[in-house]
Amino acid sequence: MTINPSADRWVGRSVPRVEDAALLTGRARFIDDLPTATNTLDAAIVRSPHAHAEIRRVDVDAALASEGVVAVVTGDDVKRLTRSMTVGVKANVECWPIATDRVRYVGEPVAIVLATDRYLAEDAAERVGVDYDILPAVVDPVAALGDEAPVLHPSLGSNLINERRFSYGDPDNAFAAAPHRIGVDIAYPRNSCTPIETYGVVAHYDPGEDAYEILANFQGPFSIHAVVARALKVPGNRMRLKTPPSSGGSYGIKQGVFPYMILMGVAARIAGRPVKWIEDRIEHLAASVSATNRATKLEAAVEADGRITALAWDQIEDCGAHLRAPEPATLYRMHGNMTGAYAIANVSIRNRIVLTNKTPTGLNRGFGGPQVYYPLERLMQTIARTLKLDPIEVIRRNLVPSDAFPYRTATGALLDSGDYGTALGRAIAEGGYAALVERRKTARAEGRVYGIGLAAAVEPSVSNMGYITTVLTPEEREKAGPKNGAQATATVAVDPLGSVSVKVASVPQGQGHRTVLAQVVADALGLDPGSVSVIADVDTGRDAWSIASGNYSSRFAPAVAGAAKLAADRLREKLKHVAAGQLNTVPDDIAFEGGRIASRANPDNSVSFSRVAAAAHWAPGTLPEVVDQTIRETVFWTPDELAAPNADDEINSSLCHGFIFDFCGVEIDASTGETRIDRYVTMHDCGTILHPAMVEGQVRGGFAHAVGAALLEEYAYGADGSFQSGTLADYLIPTVMEVPEPVILHHETPSPFTPLGAKGVGEGNCMSTPVCIANAIADAIDAESVTLPLTPSKILGLIAGEEPQAKNPPRKIEPAGPSGQRKLTGEGAAEVAATREEVWKMLLDPQTLDAIIPGSHGVRRISDTHFAADVTLGVGPVKGRYKADIELFDLDEPNAVTLRGKTVGALGFGEGEGRITLTDIGSGRTRIAYTYEAGVGGKVASVGGRLLDGAARVVIGQFFKALANHAGGGASGAGFLARLKALVGGGS
Amino acid sequence: MKPAPFDYVRAETLDEALGALAEGGEEARIIAGGQSLVPMLNMRLARPSVLVDVMRIDALSKIEPKNGRVEIGAGVRQVALERWAALAGTLPLVAAMMPWVGHAQTRSRGTVCGSLAHADPSAELPLALLALDGEVKLRSKRAKRTLPANEFFLGMMATAVAPGEMIEAIVLPAHPMGTGTAFREVARRHGDYAIVACAAIARPGGATRLAIGGVADVPQAVALPDPSDPDFDDQLNEFAWSLNARDDLHASARYRRDLVRTLGRRTVEEAVACRS
Amino acid sequence: MLLTDLIRHAVGATGTHVGCEHGVCGACTVQIDGEPVRACLTLAAQAEKLDIRTVEGLEPRPGELSPLQAAFREHFALQCGFCTAGILMSLDALFARKPKASEREIREQLSGHLCRCTGYAPIVKAALAAQAHVREEKTTDA
Repeated sequence: MTINPSADRWVGRSVPRVEDAALLTGRARFIDDLPTATNTLDAAIVRSPHAHAEIRRVDVDAALASEGVVAVVTGDDVKRLTRSMTVGVKANVECWPIATDRVRYVGEPVAIVLATDRYLAEDAAERVGVDYDILPAVVDPVAALGDEAPVLHPSLGSNLINERRFSYGDPDNAFAAAPHRIGVDIAYPRNSCTPIETYGVVAHYDPGEDAYEILANFQGPFSIHAVVARALKVPGNRMRLKTPPSSGGSYGIKQGVFPYMILMGVAARIAGRPVKWIEDRIEHLAASVSATNRATKLEAAVEADGRITALAWDQIEDCGAHLRAPEPATLYRMHGNMTGAYAIANVSIRNRIVLTNKTPTGLNRGFGGPQVYYPLERLMQTIARTLKLDPIEVIRRNLVPSDAFPYRTATGALLDSGDYGTALGRAIAEGGYAALVERRKTARAEGRVYGIGLAAAVEPSVSNMGYITTVLTPEEREKAGPKNGAQATATVAVDPLGSVSVKVASVPQGQGHRTVLAQVVADALGLDPGSVSVIADVDTGRDAWSIASGNYSSRFAPAVAGAAKLAADRLREKLKHVAAGQLNTVPDDIAFEGGRIASRANPDNSVSFSRVAAAAHWAPGTLPEVVDQTIRETVFWTPDELAAPNADDEINSSLCHGFIFDFCGVEIDASTGETRIDRYVTMHDCGTILHPAMVEGQVRGGFAHAVGAALLEEYAYGADGSFQSGTLADYLIPTVMEVPEPVILHHETPSPFTPLGAKGVGEGNCMSTPVCIANAIADAIDAESVTLPLTPSKILGLIAGEEPQAKNPPRKIEPAGPSGQRKLTGEGAAEVAATREEVWKMLLDPQTLDAIIPGSHGVRRISDTHFAADVTLGVGPVKGRYKADIELFDLDEPNAVTLRGKTVGALGFGEGEGRITLTDIGSGRTRIAYTYEAGVGGKVASVGGRLLDGAARVVIGQFFKALANHAGGGASGAGFLARLKALVGGGS
Repeated sequence: MKPAPFDYVRAETLDEALGALAEGGEEARIIAGGQSLVPMLNMRLARPSVLVDVMRIDALSKIEPKNGRVEIGAGVRQVALERWAALAGTLPLVAAMMPWVGHAQTRSRGTVCGSLAHADPSAELPLALLALDGEVKLRSKRAKRTLPANEFFLGMMATAVAPGEMIEAIVLPAHPMGTGTAFREVARRHGDYAIVACAAIARPGGATRLAIGGVADVPQAVALPDPSDPDFDDQLNEFAWSLNARDDLHASARYRRDLVRTLGRRTVEEAVACRS
Repeated sequence: MLLTDLIRHAVGATGTHVGCEHGVCGACTVQIDGEPVRACLTLAAQAEKLDIRTVEGLEPRPGELSPLQAAFREHFALQCGFCTAGILMSLDALFARKPKASEREIREQLSGHLCRCTGYAPIVKAALAAQAHVREEKTTDA
């Protein structure tokens, strides 16, 4: 028997995951799988169809009277029972989890209906009447700063909620001295990693104790626990937060469930019963959280050889309608890393945070990284293109030198370890860069469109809880007191039978934490990982946790697994003493292996691990003096390197810094604009690898998200703030057909700052890959500027020449009506057997209008030129009832008239304007010609955008054809389908 | 996302179905595979008060080839047509299109006629019906009628099916010997609605026909000369413009016209090449 | 009522998950009469008297994984596991009908599923491995 624990470790091996058996057989317990109390109510949320509007009235009577409804909660109730959520900057603004007097984005909660089941709750939710006064909206962050922009929060005075300027080194002189000034201007779009499991919350309230107990598939950070408890106006110990054993992915997004914890807590309190809410996909897309979009101007002072001496950043961060915790995390998480993988001594930064009429933003895999590396690495390619240098050389010449680690960046990060030059060199050699250049040459010689892209990035992990305070001025920070660190905690416990359990507060979202922790602890204690049981979900009422607990900024391997190692080591040291007593030897002679504890000198002198470990339960009196107990060790670990920002605003924003160098070759189909990723190579330095297969899994998963961000995914908003990618048929997540398999390489430089030498790895490709692909596409089509997502339509737009025109071009219709909304335009004509005067009369006659307005249930005359109607509109099975308001303008009897109409209903709202001209074509006949422009918003615009144009054409066509038929005596005047039937033979 | 309440009637015979439809009037809706209808029910975009399930009516579940035509009943699932042994020989164009219809997991439930009733302009099966000059057999409690494809589609998701009426079957003409056919499509992702879908038929005599889905409100077809004809591109360009393409989230109008010109030409060339 | 709600909340078989309720993500895929279908696009009433199989029916015996399930574990073809049940049901249906399905066919089948964790490559590998295993078993039996 050989005892040499280090030679045969579990860590570093791809052992099967302990999580999988339950997940593969349907036994895993996700939030919606857990039993609830029998009196639990289901919640359905009434949400705003408008991007910006004052709430005039919320009428809940009809909903309250609906079957199965117990209560309806409104903004007023929430305001009465809670306080505004904490905002991360100093600003005169409130932040509520539900609209109180104003809605500021499509999907913002307005009321919550609580009923005995979800079907009934949704039925009743439709009966909540909300009257809105629509306000102009602003969705573009740059426009939001304009003088004319509508202001979301009047108390702020403008949409700029925070601005800070920073200067490190001497950027002005560096720019003045540099021979070249090269810049890029970037609009980084919004996207979201959209876990397949949506949010879920189950809330209980105990009025006797004034205490909340809330189960949510929340991922952390648990600093949010304080935000929730404060909002609910209870001390932290009356706000017990639990997470379910399994969570169906998060990628940062499930941090954003917390406003719903507050809402459901209040709902449970008002209803006097537990409340459960499972978010649906439409709600998730419209109103969970997404990444920030950002407008960035980045300039570099560049030497002739491509060396950068200074960077000047100007970032406008769009956080949506509210600056919701932990934002502005996305903007400041990268603050120490604004020079990427490069040694650049002089940096200026101007950061502005603006609010727009879009969903509030939050954490999203790589948060802050994609928004920074897109400009930075586009800049590197632009420098190479401008100075006609090899892009690899431009990167290589600027890398932080290998002998400089640990390296302090200009903005304050301490890059823990790395050998960037060697990693890059290995990637080029082992990844086949030269062959790729050959492929490009061959392809281009054959007339094909082929390009190569590169990207280098530093991947930060283990956030400093203090980085966010860089948004405050040094004076403000002085007042607030320092914030820093990254407390990780782990508990290793022994039960009376001597088996080992591990408990952490890492709240895994699918990454396999339990497997890795079993490996780490098994190594420390000489056990089989299969014998170590691990719990990683959290109960704040019972478990050890800190504000830094949770699953974010890639902290598991470096911090949590490290803390578990420290706890297991501590237990091991104690057990050595206990075992030494039992084996009649000294602690230094003790070794742990194969479930036994033995003397190194005499391996046959051994005892089972469980016997030694359980001694503290059964015979504490036998423990040596120096050992208090061996039942439970809880370790809290925070690295010294994570100091608060200093007076010069230097901040070591993260503990660890992985390195990534990616390159790829893409081919564009010149006739369709489609991109095919021909080869993708990604080199990672994530320090010590704990579980190779899981590391590959993290890289592949991040890569797939990034392919989506590069080519497919975008949260699209209309100019009026209507949300256009409201279903998974419009928000396009890559499938197996769109994601190629990357070549993954590793170059390990262990972190000196973490117990296991590990660094984070799960977010890197979300930072490096979007820009790497964009660089390749820009190279392929020789474009100066490209904007994500690079859809085939966009790409073809960049490379296609002049379009062949038609000999008989269709007439262009100039938009003239309501601006901002999703615009639909059209025209048509019909000839009728009636004079102009007769037709004119019809247009002003309520009875005629009733007969010809599609689906009319009655037209009421308000004045000679103003009518109100109740109509059922729709195409195919998509039908809804609306209230319509129609006015006639610009009357030019009997030649022309303008109709302006507004409709509001359950499926959304619309307004439109049509100009009707009547032309006498002889023999008592008239030609009715019309053009129209309409805007549609609300639910139908969010989920059925693709079909809207055509649907509107059908409905508007129906009206004018019905008019034609009526004039010609052909219309029956019955239902709208009957008229439609009549149209088959008639019309234009 | 739960449907509003509705009554559900499972018809065992065609008469039962037509009776329930007649009774339900405008508020009644046929449910077959439900793959287009149920998402709209879940989103409460559609809220019929009565759903008439026709999938247990044996008489509707037949694929019948006769006299150079193939009749496909309202209960025929897409997967049944896809796996119909004679499909590739009888209707090669449809055989080429079937893998593009949704995903295997929706073809397993969705019906051929259901897709036509839904009349999504980007869907493949409406394009097939139009490209092949097929017919739709409509039936109500009182009457039967048959409409050619170009009279069946009235607009975006709008068809000539009247209240109380249902599609009983469609009839697709089989290709004469030697006909060349081809199908091509560009979508954002595999299985997505087409941005542009092209179906081409080259008759042995020399006439070629190109049908385009995804651009106009209904699929549209045009007769074109041989691709070698100097007028081909001009005629195709006129056709591309005539479709009134629109900008949307996924593609610009110009892009759609570009695809009609390039993909359309390619598709016709392919059909001509496999004609004999 | 939707078939998803019937299976999960009335029957209590919570292994079938709900991801979008509009037929795109594939998480709720179950087998009806052997065919993979979206349970969220099926009314419970439509499935009356039909044979419904869910992920709970894949294990040969409690505690023992089927070759397909085992291959998923071996190849790390799942992370959060939320989409996995649907994927297993789709692949199981494919292999039952086409034991020799090509990689192309496997990818076609998988294209009806969204997975946000794995990047798909390990799923394809697991499917190919499971298929090889099933084929081997069949050969051995014969």
